[in-house]
Amino acid sequence: MVSLKIDNKDLTVEAGTTIMEAAAKLGIDIPKLCFLKDVNEIGACRICVVEVEGKEKLVTSCNTAVEEGMVVFTNSAKVRHHRRTLIKLILSQHNGDCSSCSRNQNCSLQTLARELNVHTNPYRKELADNTWNKNFPLIRDTSKCISCMRCISFCETVQKMNVWELTGTGAQSVVAVSHNRDITAADCALCGQCITHCPVGALSERDDTEKVWKAIEDESKVTVVQVAPAVRTAWAESLGLDDSHATMGHMADALKRIGFDYVFDTTFTADLTIMEEGTEFVKRFSEGDTKDLPMFTSCCPGWLRMIKAKYPQMLDRLSTAKSPQQMFGAVMKSYFAQKIGVKPEDMVVVSVMPCVAKKDECTMELFYEEYAGHDVDIVLTTREMDRMIVTAGIDTSTLEKIECDDPMKEITGAGVIFGSSGGVMEAALRSAHYLITGTNPDPDSFKDVRSTREVEGYKEAEYHIGDITVKAAVVNGLGNAEALIEKLLAHEVHYDFVEVMACPGGCVGGGGQPIHDGQECATGRSVKLYELDRNEKYRFSHENPSVLKAYEEYFEAPNSHKAHMLLHTTHRADKF
Amino acid sequence: MSRMEFNSPDRATKVLDGLYKDMERRINSSLYGLCPVEMSKAFLHMCHAQSCGKCSPCRIGLGQLANLMDDVLSGKADESILDVLAETAQTIMDTADCAIGYEAAEIAQKSLTGFRDDYLSHIRTGKCSFTYGQPVPCVTTCPAHVDIPGYVALVREERYADAIRLIRKDNPFPTTCGYICEHPCEQKCRRNILDDAINIRGIKKMAAELAGEVPAPACGPSTGKKIAIVGGGPGGLSAAYFLQLMGHQTTVYEMHDKLGGMLRYGIPNYRLPKDKLDNDIKVILDTGVEVKYNVKVGRDVDVKSLRDEYDAVLVTIGASTDKKLGIEGEDAKGVISAVEFLEASGCGGGESLEGKKVCVIGGGNVSMDAVRTAVRKGAGDVAIVYRRRIADMTALKEEIDSAAEEGIEMMTLKAPSAIIKNEDGTVKGLKVIPQMISEIRNGRASVKPSGEDEYVIPCDMIIVAIGQDIETEAFVENGIPVTKWNTINTKPSGDFDDIPGVFSGGDCASGPATVIKAIDAGKVLAHNVDQYLGFNHKITCDVEVPAAEISDRVPCGRVNLTLRPSFERKADFEGVENSMTHDECIQEASRCLRCDHCGYGAFKGGRVKEW
Repeated sequence: MVSLKIDNKDLTVEAGTTIMEAAAKLGIDIPKLCFLKDVNEIGACRICVVEVEGKEKLVTSCNTAVEEGMVVFTNSAKVRHHRRTLIKLILSQHNGDCSSCSRNQNCSLQTLARELNVHTNPYRKELADNTWNKNFPLIRDTSKCISCMRCISFCETVQKMNVWELTGTGAQSVVAVSHNRDITAADCALCGQCITHCPVGALSERDDTEKVWKAIEDESKVTVVQVAPAVRTAWAESLGLDDSHATMGHMADALKRIGFDYVFDTTFTADLTIMEEGTEFVKRFSEGDTKDLPMFTSCCPGWLRMIKAKYPQMLDRLSTAKSPQQMFGAVMKSYFAQKIGVKPEDMVVVSVMPCVAKKDECTMELFYEEYAGHDVDIVLTTREMDRMIVTAGIDTSTLEKIECDDPMKEITGAGVIFGSSGGVMEAALRSAHYLITGTNPDPDSFKDVRSTREVEGYKEAEYHIGDITVKAAVVNGLGNAEALIEKLLAHEVHYDFVEVMACPGGCVGGGGQPIHDGQECATGRSVKLYELDRNEKYRFSHENPSVLKAYEEYFEAPNSHKAHMLLHTTHRADKF
Repeated sequence: MSRMEFNSPDRATKVLDGLYKDMERRINSSLYGLCPVEMSKAFLHMCHAQSCGKCSPCRIGLGQLANLMDDVLSGKADESILDVLAETAQTIMDTADCAIGYEAAEIAQKSLTGFRDDYLSHIRTGKCSFTYGQPVPCVTTCPAHVDIPGYVALVREERYADAIRLIRKDNPFPTTCGYICEHPCEQKCRRNILDDAINIRGIKKMAAELAGEVPAPACGPSTGKKIAIVGGGPGGLSAAYFLQLMGHQTTVYEMHDKLGGMLRYGIPNYRLPKDKLDNDIKVILDTGVEVKYNVKVGRDVDVKSLRDEYDAVLVTIGASTDKKLGIEGEDAKGVISAVEFLEASGCGGGESLEGKKVCVIGGGNVSMDAVRTAVRKGAGDVAIVYRRRIADMTALKEEIDSAAEEGIEMMTLKAPSAIIKNEDGTVKGLKVIPQMISEIRNGRASVKPSGEDEYVIPCDMIIVAIGQDIETEAFVENGIPVTKWNTINTKPSGDFDDIPGVFSGGDCASGPATVIKAIDAGKVLAHNVDQYLGFNHKITCDVEVPAAEISDRVPCGRVNLTLRPSFERKADFEGVENSMTHDECIQEASRCLRCDHCGYGAFKGGRVKEW
């Protein structure tokens, strides 16, 4: 234990504690910009500098450990003075068009400048050249980048995709796509974690809200929107709603008020996915297909982009089932279009996702009967939907809980937990148990596969279902996924079924979710999903009445020819 | 495939290393008078280019400091910008993560405080307060401003006597300086930008060797003025020479029986053979200088009577006594000052040191002279005992290297604390406190005790070479002011406010320095005395300097002078340094870039023909 004094208060902390952590124990929140716990503790912005008695130079509190007898001042005149100068220097190279920035009022730099009372700047404005492919789902505005290096570190250490790097030196140094590549050639998984970990507006998703408004305004189009399970845990965070008013039902009302003709819950196709993927797994498992390498889930497009880039030889290990988003689009443009008597080309399918990669996934083509186009036409992130709710002038306190539209209003708890790491596996195992044994298990009997972003590496579990044993693994984060694949390829481990989600914690921590700088929200949002699951009327996908009806009326049976045509796909490395 | 590879520098790395060296040489040869704000801005750009880009103070701050300086230079700023500059520099100094940032900001801060007046000049008038005004780097950096490109060009044409004549316009000691000048002229030599400085001293030495006897020019018509010069060292004799040429009659009061001062009694024969010194002195005396030998002012004659008898009195007494260590046992038999030792033994005289163990305390050029003389006097073990490291010694590197080659032990990081005596009062040993190197203070590494035990270095003789002092008593008594360092306190022009007709310069006014600085002092004094006496004589030289050759400046190594082998030279007092061959001399002279003709030299004229 180490005793020290911070801002005239004595405290004792464990050896190895940083000054910043020690100060936090006293309730002192030292300002910071580049710091990202365990990921980016590099002291780049220098904003977190503090004065240590007896030292002329200031020290960065984020990466300096406490020392016995240390006397620290976190807000002395010298510290304040230098912090202000540093903020001014950083602002001199930051495009401060705050009013038209997607991060306006949710920007750490803006907040700091306000807190430090910076109103003037003596330095020459020097904005970096900003050229970017505006059609790519991930948008980078170099003129707003403050070179905190978080995106580089996150992509390198957590996701191991190494998309970003600090290029050039001296006056030319700027964060850019690594190896001088164009972003479209950088094997970016589009997980969007760099966006949610950017302290300013340098990184964002491509804003597709205008396309949606146009579709809504177009009288000749029928607009259909689906909302992914994880969105309901986070959409209200920036809208000032308490949990009882932050439900899927209230969100459905908001979407209706925005002007969508039909509002659905992607949870329906999560259940459909389980029917297809569960059936596929049982078949592949029984045929011995998983004896060497497992079957992987295929619902996460970030994961699909990663495996296509890094392990193209393993694409046949993926489930052929489309993701719930894509299945929903296919269902809309076939079963539902037929049901309401609308041509699929007159229908615009929008999805609201916690995800940036879904904006890329939706470009997947659909050929069905006379229709040639896409399952899903436009993908919005949770953030974009929130912005539309605000733009629509909706008083969110007046929102009411409404049901989704027929004939897909029924969902199950198994589909809801798709939004969390482990959820797809748990839902699949619940139904696999039924498929194998003909009886339902206790719905919570597979909870060991529930995972969070805090889990190190991955989670594994072994289940005896009937007379067979299924070995399952669940992994979130692409770095973890890569490590697991290497172990599988080296035959250090063996599993039959592996669920992969690209974002730490799963979709709840997705790159399209609302941003709270300095906080990791995934685990808290997962808790909400499991609570919803516990309280759902149906907890098995195979019991979803809407799903059963869809099979009865249209898709015949899981893995039927028609289901294969519409609900499955072939994963090809050249279709990156 | 194997994952690790051997390191081998690629082409770009090699080229960059070469460019770093090119820039280092270029910066080293930068002259004074360049706009310091512009130079600071350039330095900051350079420092900024070194930034890895990680941290905001360095990545952004260094560029913004340069921008602010740019605003100062382009007249876009008011005086408040100086505060912004200072604050920005301070923030970077206090918050940057590594030396690339904080040391760069310190450059800006030093610039701001060191050149504040120039920043203000740019802001207020839009102009720099510095002027370049120095066409030829070697001439500028030579304290006596000798026409170096002129005589180098003459040597190249083998016109050695003309070269000597041209040198004497500013320096009557061409031979002496050929041997022992510290050659500050070479420091900023523009040839450094290409490869290496011209070996100017070596060329001068060749000129002196090959010129034969070159008589002094004729003196001007007698003015009837009489001038007393107290001290016949290089400063006094230079003044005497120039004053004679102007037509005045000088009388040198010399306390020894020979002239030359420290050149004769301080510098050992092996570095400056005394017959070479005599050559210079002979020419000086040929101009009609009168000399009173073995006369010491204050003992044999006083200042007042000199002032009465002469129209002007020059005090050029040098720094001829020693400094004391101030430690216990310093009165032991066998403790001697380097000044005394070299005077007695520098030319091979004095008692033999056969078999004796000798310690010399100090790390300057005089220490090197003392140890090398002790070796030549047959001493057994000879060691330098020095408080700091070899790198901190003030002696020229060549002198330290030569001493080491001659077998001298360098006992560094040892601070003398006492001298231990035998019962008969003779030296038994030198007690030292081991030191360790410590913080840099005032640009120099300091030392502190290392904590190791004190111990005694056994020896029979201790030579103290920790500096020289000036015998000022006789002059203080006559109202001549001295500084707290016991140097004569003159104005920069060598005269005094309330003592008309009395002048002083050289080591006695500046503290111990170099021969060429003493010569320059003699030159300044001669000019100012001439003016004081109501004249305005010009010193000129009618030698025509050859035109510059048109040639490509192909990089070419510098000819360094070689030394006689150490085993041979340490056994005698003959000169240690070899001369250049004829071809080497011509090649070396041909390396001169002729800054008197090219660049700023062509613009402002590369030659001061009279002074």
